[in-house]
Order: sequence, then C-alpha cells, then structure tokens
Amino acid sequence: MALLEVSQLDVRFALRQGEVRALRDVSFTLDRGERLGIVGESGAGKSVAAFSLLNLISRPGFIAGGRIVFDGQTLNTLSERKLRKVRGNRISMIFQDPMMTLNPVLSIGEQMVECLKAHRRISSKAARAIALDKLRQVQIPSPEKRLDQYPHELSGGMRQRIIIAIALLLDPDIIIADEPTTALDVTIQAEIMALLLDLCEQHNVGLILITHDLGVVSQVTQRMLVMYAGRVIEQGPTREIINDPQHPYTQGLLNALPQMATPGEKLNQIRGSMPSLAKLPSGCAFHPRCDFMTRQSGEPRAACIEQVPGFVGTGSCRVACHMVAEMLEDRRLKEETP
Amino acid sequence: MSTPTTTTSTPGRWERFRDSYVWYSFKRDRTAQLCLAIFLCMVVAAFASPLIAPTDPYDLRQIDILDSELPPFWIDGADDRYMLGTDAQGRDLWSIVLYGTRVSLLIGFGAVILQALIGVTFGLMAGYLGGKTDAILMRLADIQLSFSTLMVAIVVGAVVKATLGSAFYSQYAVIMLILIIGLAEWPQYARTVRASVLAERSKEYVDAARVMGLRSKRIMFRHVLPNTLSPIFVISTVQIANAIISEAALSFLGLGMPETHPSLGSLIKAGFDYIQSGSWWITLIPGAVLVVLVLSINLLGDWLRDVMNPRLYKG
Amino acid sequence: MSAQADNRIPVRDADGAEPLLQIRGLKKRFSLSGDFLDQLRFKKGRLVRHQEHVHAINGVNLDIARGEALCVVGESGCGKSTVARTVMGLLSPSEGEIHYDGARIDHLSSRKLLPYRKRMQMIFQNPYASLNPRMTIQQTLEEPLRLHHPEWSRAQVIDKVTTVMQSVGIDPDWGKRFGHEFSGGQRQRIAIARALAVDPEFIVADEPISALDVSIQAQVLNLLMDAQRERHLTYLFITHDLAVVEHFGTRVAVMYLGTVCEVATTATLFDKPRHPYTQALLSAIPRLKDDRPQHIRLSGEVPTPVNLPSGCVFHGRCPHANARCKQEIPALVTQTDGTRVACHGVEEGRL
Repeated sequence: MALLEVSQLDVRFALRQGEVRALRDVSFTLDRGERLGIVGESGAGKSVAAFSLLNLISRPGFIAGGRIVFDGQTLNTLSERKLRKVRGNRISMIFQDPMMTLNPVLSIGEQMVECLKAHRRISSKAARAIALDKLRQVQIPSPEKRLDQYPHELSGGMRQRIIIAIALLLDPDIIIADEPTTALDVTIQAEIMALLLDLCEQHNVGLILITHDLGVVSQVTQRMLVMYAGRVIEQGPTREIINDPQHPYTQGLLNALPQMATPGEKLNQIRGSMPSLAKLPSGCAFHPRCDFMTRQSGEPRAACIEQVPGFVGTGSCRVACHMVAEMLEDRRLKEETP
Repeated sequence: MSTPTTTTSTPGRWERFRDSYVWYSFKRDRTAQLCLAIFLCMVVAAFASPLIAPTDPYDLRQIDILDSELPPFWIDGADDRYMLGTDAQGRDLWSIVLYGTRVSLLIGFGAVILQALIGVTFGLMAGYLGGKTDAILMRLADIQLSFSTLMVAIVVGAVVKATLGSAFYSQYAVIMLILIIGLAEWPQYARTVRASVLAERSKEYVDAARVMGLRSKRIMFRHVLPNTLSPIFVISTVQIANAIISEAALSFLGLGMPETHPSLGSLIKAGFDYIQSGSWWITLIPGAVLVVLVLSINLLGDWLRDVMNPRLYKG
Repeated sequence: MSAQADNRIPVRDADGAEPLLQIRGLKKRFSLSGDFLDQLRFKKGRLVRHQEHVHAINGVNLDIARGEALCVVGESGCGKSTVARTVMGLLSPSEGEIHYDGARIDHLSSRKLLPYRKRMQMIFQNPYASLNPRMTIQQTLEEPLRLHHPEWSRAQVIDKVTTVMQSVGIDPDWGKRFGHEFSGGQRQRIAIARALAVDPEFIVADEPISALDVSIQAQVLNLLMDAQRERHLTYLFITHDLAVVEHFGTRVAVMYLGTVCEVATTATLFDKPRHPYTQALLSAIPRLKDDRPQHIRLSGEVPTPVNLPSGCVFHGRCPHANARCKQEIPALVTQTDGTRVACHGVEEGRL
C-alpha cells in the first residue's frame, strides 16, 4: 500500500458569489521515498491541493469530500490534536516565502528547539545538538553561529536552507514543498533544488513538489501530476510526460517554453487564459482553448463540451482527454479487426 | 485572437455599485444600516428644521419666559404645546434641539471640508514631491498637532474678541468655529493622505505616468489622488464626529456658539445649571441627541474602514 | 583606472552606424542614511557626518544599436532594473551620461525630455500595479495620445486607441472596463498597448513576463516580437530568465552587483560563455532534457551593494580568483569575436 493515498478529493470555497469548487476528483498516491511533482499555472489548484493534505485550508475553504489516507490514518477526519502529531512531525511543509514559517522575533536555534520539543520528549541540549546536525546537513556555513541569529540577518537563500533544515528536523516521511524556490535567484534556486533532491534521496523522504516550473519538475521528480482548473488532467512518470505529453494542455505548456522553440521564431502559445473557477466551461474545462476539439475531419467533438473526460491509460500515464480516448479506441478497434 | 473569457456586456455605474463589495457588506450589516438610517434622519430633520419645528427659537417674539422649565410630555405638568418641554428661557426644546443639531452639523461638515482641503493638498504634496517639501509640511503638521484644538480656540477667540469685539465674534461664531476646528485638525488628513500617497507612488502606474511625460500636478491629482480616496473617506467619518465633539466641547466651555444661536454643545451647557434644580431634560435631551449622532457616525466609520481595508477582504 | 579610459572610446557598430542609445560610465547610488540630522554621528568626541550608500550601479557602459533587442540579465540586486529606470529618466544618475540618438538626455528637464518620451517608452513588471485602478482602459490609452498629440481631434484619438488595442489582441469594446476586470496577461497587453500608443521607436521592458503564467508568457513574448518586427522597435529587455533571453535577445549583457561582466551576441554567449559568472548562470537554467544537470556551484552569497568588494566584484565567489582579482577592477575588454568580457582571467588567457 502506498504511504499516502488521496482519493476523490473535493475542496470548495464558500464565497459571496456562491460556492467555488477549487479541487475536483483529485486522486493520487505517493510511495515511501517517492518524489511527486504537481504542476499547473496559477488558479489550477495546486497549492490548495498541498494545503488540504494537512487540512490547512482555512475558511471560507473546506474539504467537501474525498479521503486522504496517510499510513493507515484518514487525515481529513482526524481530530485537530491527532493531526498535529502528523503535521510537522511525519509530514512537513516548505513554503514559498520563508518568512511564513520563520518567526521574526525568535532566533533560529530557539525555533528549531521549540519545534523539536513540541513533538518529542527531549532536553534542550539534545534538541540543540539535533538542530546543529540538521543545519550541517543543509550545508550552511558556520552553523553554530546561525543558531543564535535571527531570520532577518540571513539572506533569502540561507533562509530557505534553514526552512529545509526545520522541515527535516523530525525526520519526516514526506515533505510538501510549495514553490520552494520561486522567490530565489537562478543560481540559488539550482543549489536549493539540488540540496533538496540529495537530502530526499539520502534519507528516503517522500517529496511533493508544487511548482509552475516544468524544468524544475523534470529534474527533481519521478512522477508528476498536471493540474488544470481544479482537476488533474494528466499523471504519470515525469520523463514520459515531459518527453511525450498526451494532453493538449500539457503539450501546449511544454511547447510554450522558450527552450522548445528556435531562437527568434514565434513561441507556440496556448490561446486564451485559465478560466476562473467560478465560471468554468462545461465538459472538459480546457475545451475553449484546445486545438484538438475539432476532429481532423473538421467536425467538433461534442463530448468535449458536454462531458467531463475520465482518465484513460496510455502505458503508465493516465490522461483525462476525449481526444486521447478516441485515439486509443480507434487503435483498439483496428487491432481487433485486422 | 485571444481570451474572450470575461462577460461581453459592459456594466454601468449602478450595476458596478450593486456588484461591489461595499453594497454587499452593507446589505448584511444591520448595524451599518441602522446607523445610516439614524444619521440620515437626523441630517434631514436638522436641515429641514424651519419646516418641522413648531416654533422658531431664534425669534424672540415666540418665546414666553413664563413657559420656562416645562417638563417633557411623559412627566406630570407637561404642556401640550411643548413635546419635549422647554428650557430656562421658555424656548421649545424640540425646536431648539432641531436647530441646534443643524448648527452642530453645519460646523462639523464645514470644519471637515476645510480640514480636508488643507490636509489633502498638503499630504499629497508632501507624499508625492518628498524631500524638502515633505520635511517642511510635515514639521508644520507636527507643530500644529502640538497645539490642542482648545488652545487654538482660546487664542483665536481672545484675539478676535479683543480686536473686533465680542458682538462680531458672536455674529460670525459659525464661521469662526469652522476656521478654528478646520485649522486645528488638518494634520490628521495630511498624515493619512501622505502615508497612502507614499504607498501609491511606489506602484508602477505612477512610473508609467511619469514615463508618459505627464506633469507632476496631473499625476498627483489625476492618478494618485483618486487612489487615496478610500482612506480619505474613512478618516472623514471619524473627523466629522470629532469636529462635532470639538464644537460641543468649545461651546460647553463658553468659547463656541452664543446662547441665542445655540448648538448642541451650548444647549448642554445652558441646561447644565438646572440639573440640580430638577430640570434635567434641558441638558440631557440635547446630550442624548449628541451621543446618538456621534455614535452613529463613528459606527458608520468603523464599518467603512472594515469594508475599504483591502487586507481584510480577499476573495 | 582602465574602466575610465573605456568611457571615452567612441563606440561604433561594426558597420559604423551610431548606436541609438549609449550609456557611459553610469553610476547610481542610493543614500541609506536618511536626512541630515540622522547622518550626524558621534565619533571620538566629535560630531561627524556619516553617510552610507547602496551602490546600485557602478560604471555601466552599454550601447544599443537600432533594431536590436539588448537583454540585460542578472540576479536580483544586480542593478539591471536601476539601469532601465535611469535610462527612462525615472531616476537621475549619480554619475555618467546617457545619450539617445546622439543627444545627451540624462540631465534634461522634464519639459525638454517630453519629445523623447514619445520616442522611448517602458513596459513594467507587475501588470497588477501598472494600470491605474481608477481609470478605464480607454482613459488609460487616451491619456498619452492627448498629451503628445494635443492637436488631434477626439475622433482621431479614439481611432488610434482602437487600432492599438486591436494590434495587441484586446477587444476595443472593453475600453469602458477597469484594469482589475482583466487577467494578468490581458493587463500586460493593455500596458503594452499604452506604450505602443505613441508609436515609440525604443522600448525598455523591465521583466515584462516574469509575473505571468507560462502559457501567458509565450503569448506576451510573441506579442513583443511581433511588435518589434512590425514597428522596427529597439528593445532594452531586463530579465532574470535566461531561457527567455536565448529566445528573444539579439545581444546579452550579464550584470553582477552593479557592473557588466559580459556583453555578447546571444548565440555566442550561450555557445561559449566566457565570464565565470555567466558560466555559472547558464549552468543553473533548469533544462527539460537533462536528467542530472551539473551545476557550477558558486560558494557564498551575493555581497551587499553597500560595501562593495575590492577589485572584481565577483572575486569572493569565483572559483578562479587570484590576488589580482582581489585588487584590480577588471575592465570590459573586447575579444576577437566582438564579445566584451570584464575578467582578468579571460584577459590573461588562463580561462
């Protein structure tokens, strides 16, 4: 059984315009030590997915349905007290802005010791020793000195290293990283990502990496989910999806990258923009932007407008697209009638 | 070629207002509705006082000293002609409270308009131009703030009375009070506006306007000012309440409206001596009106502040 | 100082044409010390005036030829945005000169600068802040036209607004709406329309796509490239995204801590980066194709621009630094292929 199993997750926000469904039918699994990327543009629901795993969605949002099973426990029905034992202890989070996690008025050492003592019966001295060890693991220069420093005395890259050290503090099973390097510079970003990757591999820690950067996902993760307008539209091994994307949106996203085009030529753009969750198009939410909605014969595919596509499999990848489903069906029919 | 995601029709001003968060929050907030209703009633009644009031308290011929200190209708010994009783001079309390509210509101609004004119202009200049202009204007504001309204009133009152006579002062008391309160409290506006101008100035649309080549004056008034209106609205409600209170305090101390043209403050003062003799209504009724007026304005201000603070509203 | 000598060289392109924009010895300092009273300090019993500065740019020399897109790349705090804002006159330089089309513009009054405002325009980073929230799209687009063409009739202005809206892919019927009713990509189109409305020949774009989503980035980048082709625009394009540079730029200038460390044509720079910092920067781009990339790891962090390091600003993190790098500021030296590199190592031939 997988370490983390999310099935049919449904998250809604009660807003004054009415209920907005931020996540629909999101299902995925994560094995021990596996690295999973969740990719999507802003408004796709990737951050909501991450926050809902630990029931960190705050009002007006709420989990309306589905199950999140972690190591045999159903997290979304767990009491707040029991959930706290999982949160930070067995599953920890890294946020985009380090200052969201760091308390500006406490020194780094105090925060790390406090975190350890909250979850373990341990002396301050032992806690400090663990903290020091973790700071060494994230390759911070002169870690003894850092323990007594305050967050504002450190640079952005250094803070993000501290955050990783704090995330590792209790030897978690899973780290959820929400855009961990978006606020950082390219060279620092590369270092932090490499560090995170090394640590996860060394300690056999699972990683859920939420990002909009396909380059980062392709380098760090083993499997990935692509999200669009609150739904997962494609999932599978990262290499396979990057090399041979099936869903028209994933194709568009990859082809839109400047590195996929000849310099000076036009980029392959997806027309239009992500719909607002309050006004989703019917059927497949991507259909107004999709180039494959019309068949080669020129007639539009009615199913795209009328029906939400279910997942169909092509090898280890699973895609929610009517066009792909039709192609697979055609191929199957051809094979049956030689 | 691209992105026809938003609805096609363009909403008008009224539809925009109906879709706005202000209207949405107002529809749900009973306190705000009640306060606005009370405030509007008081404003309408006060400014329609010559039509509503049974007597004209400024007309000495309508006053009979023999009718003095009559109690309101729910107490024995009340006179049918005077619903809320009469004051020590025999004036109908209902009429004089209406007229008094009008004077108080007039001074409150007048003073706030003056404050806003000075404060917004100075705050805008200080915030946008920065540097020396900022330093000079803000030190000026600090100096102004270190004198209390009362002190300004006493000094100005004394100077005017000494040079032009107290008859002149009483005659132009409304204007004097507007000037005094307006001049004493403009720094509140200047500081608020300066702070939000500083925040707006660092936004890119101001840079875009500069790159376009627009003059500073146009950028200040056409681009920056409209975006600082929210805090100006919020502070205006508080300032109106403050100005009304200041006026009442000054009148209570005898530095404000004369008793022949009383404001709520001078009515409270005039009746204050009669509390001991049992005629409590002369001071308590205008007092209650003052409290209700100021409270409703302040509560409206609180609501407005919550609505217009974008940090509280996300979604 | 060799950097000084470089300022006086009248640089011309290969074909001898004068560059559209020339930046010479540009420096910009920001005071950190507040006003006069804050600057007074007691030192050894005496009252002294103590001033601290952020050295945002320290002697930048750049030329932009007509019709090219010069990309300035660097990490945050390297001064690339300050260069853009100084060129546009939003900041006045502490030292140095800016020449546009042969005339010096950095010291002009805003009145004298007005004719240049029509020729040079700017696109900003944050589409959510670059449109005045209290103005409709129509008003936003009409304003520059009315300012620069006061003789135009109302019909002419409206006509022009419609044309420019169509050219950036915005439905002209949306003119009565406000900026907040649009998505980020649409707002950036409107901001581009505002810049294009006065038919400029030179556009400074300060990170115009970094606040946008991937699929929208491609749309906006295509729009900028179309505009360049149709209107023969010259771009000064500020970005931190090297993948965009590779696609968009004619030439690239790499900046580090307020100085230019390498200027080269895009193809040359990506093919053969010379400066150690450029090499590190290029190796850090997350590429889709490689599984286990080999980053060049730089030691330490970017120093603060308050107390600049002596010598080459990069020496503290450079794996090839020697004693000379710590003392002497390297000048931009032109290589045989036209690339200009500021590095002692490259100059000495040891890199």
